[in-house]
Amino acid sequence: MMVLSGDEAVAQAALDAGAAGAFAYPGTPSTEIMEYLQEHIGEAAGAAGTVRVTQWCANEKTAYESALGVSFAGKRAMVSMKHVGLNVAMDPFVNSALVRIHGGLVVVVADDPSMHSSQNEQDSRLLAEFARMPCFEPSDQQEAYDMVRLAFDYSEAHEVPVLLRITTRLAHARDLVTTAPARAVSDMGKTGDTYAWVLMPAMARRQWAGLLAKQAVFRADADAASRLELGSNELGVITCGLGRAYYMENEDDWAQAHGGERPTHLHIGRYPMGTEKIGALASRVGRVLVVEEGYPYVERDLRGIFGAPLPVAGKMTGEIPLAGELSADSVRAALGLSPREAVAAAAIEVPGRAPQFCQGCPHADSFTALKKALEGEVEFFAASDIGCYTLSALPPWNAVESCVDMGASVGMARGAASVGQKRAIGVIGDSTFYHSGMTNLIDAVKYRTPMTLLILDNGTTGMTGAQPTISATSRLPRLLEGLGVEKEHIRVLEAHRRAIEADAAAIREELAYDGVSVIVMVRECIEWLKKARKS
Amino acid sequence: MTCDIILCGVGGQGGLSVSVVIARAAMAAGLHVKQSEVHGMSQRGGEVLAHLRISDREIYSPTIPKGKTDIIFAFEPLEALRYLSWLSVERGTVVAAMVPILNIPNYPDIDSVFGEIRKIPRARLIDADTIAKEAGNVRSANLVLVGAAADLLPVPPKAIEKEVEALFSRKGEAVVQANLKAFELGRHIQHA
Repeated sequence: MMVLSGDEAVAQAALDAGAAGAFAYPGTPSTEIMEYLQEHIGEAAGAAGTVRVTQWCANEKTAYESALGVSFAGKRAMVSMKHVGLNVAMDPFVNSALVRIHGGLVVVVADDPSMHSSQNEQDSRLLAEFARMPCFEPSDQQEAYDMVRLAFDYSEAHEVPVLLRITTRLAHARDLVTTAPARAVSDMGKTGDTYAWVLMPAMARRQWAGLLAKQAVFRADADAASRLELGSNELGVITCGLGRAYYMENEDDWAQAHGGERPTHLHIGRYPMGTEKIGALASRVGRVLVVEEGYPYVERDLRGIFGAPLPVAGKMTGEIPLAGELSADSVRAALGLSPREAVAAAAIEVPGRAPQFCQGCPHADSFTALKKALEGEVEFFAASDIGCYTLSALPPWNAVESCVDMGASVGMARGAASVGQKRAIGVIGDSTFYHSGMTNLIDAVKYRTPMTLLILDNGTTGMTGAQPTISATSRLPRLLEGLGVEKEHIRVLEAHRRAIEADAAAIREELAYDGVSVIVMVRECIEWLKKARKS
Repeated sequence: MTCDIILCGVGGQGGLSVSVVIARAAMAAGLHVKQSEVHGMSQRGGEVLAHLRISDREIYSPTIPKGKTDIIFAFEPLEALRYLSWLSVERGTVVAAMVPILNIPNYPDIDSVFGEIRKIPRARLIDADTIAKEAGNVRSANLVLVGAAADLLPVPPKAIEKEVEALFSRKGEAVVQANLKAFELGRHIQHA
């Protein structure tokens, strides 16, 4: 038995399942999967001479494609990411459902309902359906471990990737997990059916037909794996994922209020979901409550277009809030139980405490310089990106004006500049630049769009806990040159208090240039330094 | 028996390691334990929150329902007030450090913050920093708080001490001793 977070349980299961390759890009709440893998790969069992890799990659798409290559080569692979990372990897993700998976491929996606550290709360179960890929959803840490082990077997048995969907609370909560004996790193050798990996129209059509034909099997297996516990005729509760925990937290109280009888309960842990047990539940009860984390996905299917034959309560009817994560309290209310008596809230206002830059953060100096450079200017657009530096959108900085998706700062500044926006500035971190900023810069170079890009190069992916950036600071100027940025408009500056005047002057000069300029603001992340000193 | 604990503070205070100490001690005693925390953006000088649930029966929700919390450990006094509606009316209490972290412009008057905490039955406001210094390491303030509520925890002090030793051993004997001392000094605070 081990004490593991959901992320760690997933990682331990990948080690025990004999995965040869694991790939990821950092993103809360999925980051700790790769961190755990890298920390423990050395202790993991494996045949002598077996190569096992655990690698941070440039982005989720490159990570995904590496995992696909491992599968092709006949070994087991895991790729892990946060929910919006799956958007970046969407191309390989959807198409990988059509190839004939060889070594088991498990795609772990951590959703972030309530947006604790994210830009949206998209529900990856819908994207699994979009790709016609089986999706497993654990309800606790033990199940996360067990399901990953199972998902590798399932992936190989059905020659399809399996998406494992977890959510923030599951990823970051800890519990006791019982592990199963580790198996050796499997090596089946390269696929013998390469045509099934060539998605040209003729082959893709054949593969697509095959994938569609498997759906009935996926549904039947999902049905068999779902757990139906018969109880009351009055209420049927359908739970998914962590919804089960929040429901169980209140089940005793519901029973107590209903003569000791518990609701009839169906827990669904796999998709596409089966229909038999749902039918069995529906034929027994007078009404149904659906408790699921994310979108009303199961609920929507239950209702259909013509409506369900019995009342269904959930997110679509407002018993459970449509936005945000579930809680034991929201599920309690949906069950019709009165709230527990609690201590009154404080009589004084408790102000929020927003996150801010660490003491000594180089970004703070970069934004001081940028603000100074823009002093007195009215016409400018400071587009930003995703990382610690996005905090500069808040007071006291109010320095940047947008944050949409990875790499968008470059493209948005460019787009605005191309139609006449003066002083269009993109502000991006080094890791985000490698992730998705470079391609936008190529567009800017091609069209000589008058814009200035600030790359805040702290040598790490700071926000997620300081993972190494994919490329070294020293190589960045040469890369920029290679992309076609003019050498005299690539400025490498020190992001430091002592250099603020000079930095501001340099930014002003480049803002005046009628072409593409890139300013690299260099200083190491404080968090990274702390971490480096510790290890 | 269940004991639901909220640990809260400001990013960088290291409160989460205390959660680990109590959790491990409970597990060693054969109890069920669930721990939940939020990582990522919230850690940079913002609010930090961990839930720790201990029970002799199976625990379901990773987070504590409102009105069920037994103890709020607040490593910063204002942070305690954020979670009062999670406190149990019958059993709930607050154990809070007194030194505020003034990294926001609209921090309320500190006496009104203390006043709100003192409204909670059996609340304990602890000058943890001073006591931690006395113990030899100001960074051990969190363990002063744990000591100050040791009588409310479902595990004996010896079990806590054992986990403190295990957790801090790689930081050297001085750190271990300071934390043990901080825990002990916390235990001997007389509560009104």
